[in-house]
Amino acid sequence: MGNHSDGSPNHSGTVATAGQNEVEKFQDPGLPPHRLRLADTDPKAAKRAERQVALLFGTSVVGTLIFLVAYFAIDLGDGTGIATVRLQNMLLGLGTAFAMLGIGTGIVHWAKALMPDHEVSEERHAIRTEEDRQAAVRIVDDIAEETGIKRRPLIRNTLLGAVALAPLPALAIFGDLGPRPDDALKHTMWAPQDGKLKRLARDPDGTPIKAADVTIGSAFHVIPEGLNELHEHKLEEKAKAVVLLMRLNPESLNPSPGREDWAYNGIVAYSKICTHVGCPVALYEQQTHHLLCPCHQSTFDLTQECKVIFGPASRPLPQLPIAVDSEGYLVATSDFKEPVGPSYWERDEHERSINA
Amino acid sequence: MKALSQKRRHPLAAIALLLMGLLVTGGLYAVATTVNQAKASTSFSANDAEEGGKLFAANCATCHGMGASGSQAGPSLVGVGAAAVDFQVGTGRMPMQMNGPQAYKKPAQFNEEQTHQLSAYVASLGPGPSIPEASVLDGQGDAANGGELFRVNCAMCHNAAAAGGALTRGKFAPALSGVSEKHIYEAMVTGPQNMPVFSDANIGPEGKRDIITFLKQIEANGSPGGADLGALGPVSEGLFVWIAGLGVIIAFTIWLTSRTS
Repeated sequence: MGNHSDGSPNHSGTVATAGQNEVEKFQDPGLPPHRLRLADTDPKAAKRAERQVALLFGTSVVGTLIFLVAYFAIDLGDGTGIATVRLQNMLLGLGTAFAMLGIGTGIVHWAKALMPDHEVSEERHAIRTEEDRQAAVRIVDDIAEETGIKRRPLIRNTLLGAVALAPLPALAIFGDLGPRPDDALKHTMWAPQDGKLKRLARDPDGTPIKAADVTIGSAFHVIPEGLNELHEHKLEEKAKAVVLLMRLNPESLNPSPGREDWAYNGIVAYSKICTHVGCPVALYEQQTHHLLCPCHQSTFDLTQECKVIFGPASRPLPQLPIAVDSEGYLVATSDFKEPVGPSYWERDEHERSINA
Repeated sequence: MKALSQKRRHPLAAIALLLMGLLVTGGLYAVATTVNQAKASTSFSANDAEEGGKLFAANCATCHGMGASGSQAGPSLVGVGAAAVDFQVGTGRMPMQMNGPQAYKKPAQFNEEQTHQLSAYVASLGPGPSIPEASVLDGQGDAANGGELFRVNCAMCHNAAAAGGALTRGKFAPALSGVSEKHIYEAMVTGPQNMPVFSDANIGPEGKRDIITFLKQIEANGSPGGADLGALGPVSEGLFVWIAGLGVIIAFTIWLTSRTS
């Protein structure tokens, strides 16, 4: 773009020209006349602005004091109610906000109302001259000449090789970051251990559940027995193994062939992990037998083996086959017959190998 | 009277009025709650059941059938227990105003005594959960344990802050603030409407007492951080930040670039 004020002809397509050969000229309008502020003319106004700035800085001081008082004076000892903690949080936040805002707004108001506000224009300089460009090219040429990189290809090639190989250790290190999931998503804690079937236990206390405890209309939140005793990866295991246990009238269940013995007396157990993106599906309506996922409203129908009847989930919730052991406790007869939770790259392969 | 009418435009009049209003409401509430606590009798006399039977025939039998055996319009009530009746009638959900996905809470249609008689009648039809003892409703349990149980068993529908939430096809889990201890307990034992049943074999009476303690604790602690915007999470909070937060930023940019007069 040309400089509009230097009088050179302007043929930019956006500027309409009045006549055929007439040159459109812009007069540099210059700066508008300087307008004095109230504080420039009226000493009283200046004094007032000064007080306002001081008041803003004072606000900042008060904010800092609020922060310090809230931090040190509010005692968060044992038995402190949540209200006190949240009150302190609020005061800390308000204190910091006032402390920062006071300084910021004070400086801005000071600059706007009291500091000199005469307009200054700076001339635009040419960005590049031909001499500067030549000088830069000469410097690069000098470097190439003095290092002798053109004359000594051995050095050049070994340097290129060294630089190309240097990132390889990083590849190896990053490739080993953390354990690879391998088939961790394929199994859960429900798989029988040493021939012993896992009992269904209450979340969070881990006590086993008797079949007789589960009355019609009940919903139990279930974890595998032994989960609470894990020392490592407890949350990871829980995230895969959580199950919702419900009891319906046995007539309302419609098991497909091969799944007739997965329920016990109308008691069914389904994975709580949504097959869409893995939210816990635990909103159970005991009259309609719908299970609702709170994240994206996927709805599963318990009477049709948790078929998706609404929402973005694409697969039914996996069912956990259950039975009753000799003492009357509910046990899982095997692990889930498919990987739980949302899709992942190797899922189909894992499902095939589980059912093989 | 003249003095009163002269002073009514006094600047402090509004504050005085507000204080008076608060005192009256608070006093009435205190009286009402002690009345509630006083009447936690769970024993029914034969007369209660008889009177309840008459009330039932007049008000409930249309849908639930004579003898509470159920009809096309309403389920059988044999074996639902006194707790179910006390909850449904005591919170005004029954008699139902109209057919719909869910019965709404509304001012109770029957007084304490009538509710008691209806409970007695239904309890006499078959064994079911009874009205809870006052000892599990005292709110003196372990709030921390109650909080954990609440987050595992209740929070998915009723919201982590007990503010309620939506279910499928027009149904919803109601907010739990302002619900009496007794009604919370009864809802857990009986599983009204689409709520699952949390029998004593699932969450024992102690656990239920802890949950009630937790709920009353968070209700009493309120929201000292200011408006909780319904405690609904990202929807209301996001809306507030987009409107108020961006508004403040725009206001600041206008102020920064404006000329001082």
